[in-house]
Amino acid sequence: MTSIKLKNISKYICKDVNLEVGDKELLVLLGPNGAGKSTLLNIIAGLIDYEGSVLFDDQPVDRLPPNQRRIGYLFQELNLFPHLEVSANIAYGLKVQKKPPEEIKERVEELLQLMKIKPLASRYPQELSGGERQRVALARALANYPRILLLDEPMNSLDYRTSKYLRTEFKMLQKKLGITTLYVTHNFYEAEEMAERIVVLDKGRVEQIGTPPEIFFHPTAAVKDFIGAPNILTCDYAKRLSYGLIEVKCGDITLTVFSERDHIKKVAILPEDIYLSDNRPPGPEVNRVKGELVEIDESTSTVCCTVVTEKNSLKAKLPQEIFSGMNLKIGAEVWLVLALRKLKVITDDE
Amino acid sequence: MKRFRLFKSGWGIIPIIIFLGIWEISARLNLIPGHSFFPPPSAVVIEFYYLTVNGVLGKSFLSSLIRVLIGFSIGSLAGLFLGILIGWNKIADKALSPILSLFYPIPALGWLPLLMLWLGIGEALPITIIFICSFFPVLYNTATGIKTVDKNYLQVARTLGASEREILTTVVIPLALPNIFTGLKLESGMAWRTIVAAEMVAIPTGIGALMMKAENLMRIDIIIVCLIVLAVMCLSFEKFFTFWETKLTSRWR
Repeated sequence: MTSIKLKNISKYICKDVNLEVGDKELLVLLGPNGAGKSTLLNIIAGLIDYEGSVLFDDQPVDRLPPNQRRIGYLFQELNLFPHLEVSANIAYGLKVQKKPPEEIKERVEELLQLMKIKPLASRYPQELSGGERQRVALARALANYPRILLLDEPMNSLDYRTSKYLRTEFKMLQKKLGITTLYVTHNFYEAEEMAERIVVLDKGRVEQIGTPPEIFFHPTAAVKDFIGAPNILTCDYAKRLSYGLIEVKCGDITLTVFSERDHIKKVAILPEDIYLSDNRPPGPEVNRVKGELVEIDESTSTVCCTVVTEKNSLKAKLPQEIFSGMNLKIGAEVWLVLALRKLKVITDDE
Repeated sequence: MKRFRLFKSGWGIIPIIIFLGIWEISARLNLIPGHSFFPPPSAVVIEFYYLTVNGVLGKSFLSSLIRVLIGFSIGSLAGLFLGILIGWNKIADKALSPILSLFYPIPALGWLPLLMLWLGIGEALPITIIFICSFFPVLYNTATGIKTVDKNYLQVARTLGASEREILTTVVIPLALPNIFTGLKLESGMAWRTIVAAEMVAIPTGIGALMMKAENLMRIDIIIVCLIVLAVMCLSFEKFFTFWETKLTSRWR
């Protein structure tokens, strides 16, 4: 397989980008729209001219045209050839590489099996659902045994459930194939789910590189603007409730979190993942915090409320129309509900 | 179900039968002023039989058909080739488009006086007229089809290892087929309309010339026979390309 190095890459918004992707690594490029993520992928694929140097396995490939770089590229719009059946779409790369018909047939069959799309072989792309198209596009990208796989926000057009399912499946597939992969997204949760390492791009520059917890718990100022500044609570003790669930105490707040590890140091949650209510919310008393509203920041379309308990302070962000419906004033007693699946933990090992 | 389908497919013929019935009755009962210029359909059918048996219709039809086939084939092939070149190659587009767009608005028959002087009265004249008539629309539809293929497909093909020539032949031309067929369909019918007009004005043989002779002799029945042959040929040529277009593109469009 292959490692990738970008040296002083400049093009459009990208300025002097330096980046390394390890062999077999799944690296996520995270950033807002217009950050230069797709530009970087196009540069690696050789689809656009650029300044600087791209190296695969320490060998410069700048002079290689896209058809000789052995890249599998999954575009945002997928772009399955509408005039070709699913099997012909998958076989396309092999045919233009003049592979023997027997080998093509065998490889297509293998990919149809791998991507679980065998019954779709003789259908045309417009006869497929979004998820099915995704699988076909991925099979086509993998057909030529690429040494690098580039995925440009491939799950954008899919509904939440399908994209989540496909992401999990893709992650397993990437591990199985051991192919160096760059995955582009603008969604932190998607990045966190996929990545071993995340590279945050902002305005064409590498803003931060780290593991998902590193990025979430210690974001730089620019990254904070993009993914938000989380509420971080320091844990006093943790008690395992059942497999996967742990009760942690952070000052006067007791929370239940998902974690496979026991020694939790910190818990974090983004303000937009905390629900605020002016009365006691229904349901069990889990991850609910009572406090006093001490600050209201209405500078944007959302309202950021600061709520204090005896020993902690939490920020919750909610849409303007919901906030105005509650008619809250400074000093009011409010309840916060912290979304269980959005609570991030940092353990001693991290 | 099968009977219903038969009934459904035969439905379109009913208005034609009614129309022919009204025509026959009104011509026979002299309901239309100047009825001597208005033969009934039965007379037209009889004349069609005579013209076929004595070979006049066949000979004229064949002359026109050969001209249309040669002129249309060469014209559309040249249009196709140049359309692909202009649509695919930016330099060719910049170099040729200004000249071609200067000639494109001139109607094919507008060239007739000039071509009569240059080529004289002979087979080359109608063939050249049909060539011009087919060439430009096929060229423009092909070039437009090639240019409007989504560039993302080309990027995908490049990353999959295709060379520029392979991208053209395996992605761009197939995706431009709907546009190419639009040009071919329009112009195959237009070729017949143009050949008849050219034969009426300048060439002594063919369906158009036969119509002019019939007009001289006030043989309305012959003129109607020729018009029907013309209508059938226009329709058949258009249907021929519609058939191939459907066969090649209907499943993925």
